[in-house]
Amino acid sequence: MSAAWTLLKRDLQLAVREGGAVGTALGFYLLVVALLPLGLGPDLNLLSRIAPGLLWIALLLAALLSLGRVFETDFEDGSLELMALGGLPLEIVAAIKALAHWLTTGIPLALLAPLLGILLNLDIEAYGVLVLTMLAGTPAISFLGAIGAALTLRARKGGLLLALLVLPLYVPTLIYGITAISSALTAPDAFVPSLLILTALSLGSLVLGPIAAAAALRIQMQ
Amino acid sequence: MQLSAEHLTLQRGHRTLVESLSFTVTAGEVLLLTGPNGAGKTTLLRSLAGFFRPQAGAITLSGGNDELTIGEQAHFVGHANGIKSSLTVAENLEFWAAYMDPAASRAERLERVEDALEDFRLGSLADIPAGYLSAGQKRRLGLARLNLAYRPIWILDEPTSSLDHASAESLAEVVNRHVAAGGLAIAATHLPLGFKPVRELRLGQAAAP
Repeated sequence: MSAAWTLLKRDLQLAVREGGAVGTALGFYLLVVALLPLGLGPDLNLLSRIAPGLLWIALLLAALLSLGRVFETDFEDGSLELMALGGLPLEIVAAIKALAHWLTTGIPLALLAPLLGILLNLDIEAYGVLVLTMLAGTPAISFLGAIGAALTLRARKGGLLLALLVLPLYVPTLIYGITAISSALTAPDAFVPSLLILTALSLGSLVLGPIAAAAALRIQMQ
Repeated sequence: MQLSAEHLTLQRGHRTLVESLSFTVTAGEVLLLTGPNGAGKTTLLRSLAGFFRPQAGAITLSGGNDELTIGEQAHFVGHANGIKSSLTVAENLEFWAAYMDPAASRAERLERVEDALEDFRLGSLADIPAGYLSAGQKRRLGLARLNLAYRPIWILDEPTSSLDHASAESLAEVVNRHVAAGGLAIAATHLPLGFKPVRELRLGQAAAP
């Protein structure tokens, strides 16, 4: 277990030292959301109605930007091969790297979301719910995204292919994330079931993602 | 301990690189793989480490730990060095020491890192981010991993690439010490490495014209 902890510590340390990926994702999120009201016009009712959906979709795209780097640098500099021989199962290695991505990208994006809600005139009561649903839903982005990141490692210009592969997988998370927020505002009874399904999707991806990603990594390392 | 390959066939795409190759390496011995570029040296080493699955034949290890794969009992030094350029030289080594042998105590690990820095003459560079190192220094840092955890099998793919003469000699010293202590090593090379005792296996001789 301590090898896993060592690996997580190193990945977090690298994210802090290199910083670029997290900053880019946050900056992209901010820009996309800031552009939306300019494109849609100053209709405050319209904006607050579609705000949860816009915030979720922009978050998916922002997270996608940094997904490609989950395995890429370790694959290119040979670290991944050495990790595969290190005694830790490759599934755990993939899980740790996806977890590091969630901690360094998913959580900061989720925490930035309410701030961006102001730009979209999001209902003040929805702020807490927004952060809660995003924290519950973003693990699925990192863990399912790891599958795509592993599959596209050797593809040239893999970023676009990665988006095509993983965006469809995010549909359930997106639907239940938005349902949870809008039901919290209009039909409180439906909030808890939506949140639970969202959490279940994340927990499911926590198991499936690393297994599929590790299988893809084994093929890439041949 | 004995590592053996029986009737090994390796293909990349539709090209057969190695056909029905058999060899054994016993503890206390170095096997040198030689042969022209593209003869299959790297593919053979990668299949020994378990990355590449041979199309036919078997690789077996007798006298090792049956619960681990051959790769998990081996140090693998490939073309890439496994270095993070934003970590310092010492941090890189400390990470691999902790990752490859989580059972070792902190004091033990620090001692191994010290030894590795000394053996590969990296002591004066310990606090420099690895990104600033020259190609040869990076190679030495990649090789220094050999000293961070005990693994009986060493798989070295052109270990001396970009090394200067003195560094190649210190590598030979480290490998000879490992082999004398009952380990075994397999190295692909174009240059004489100064390892002993050595057996040579030449690949690619039977290549069709």
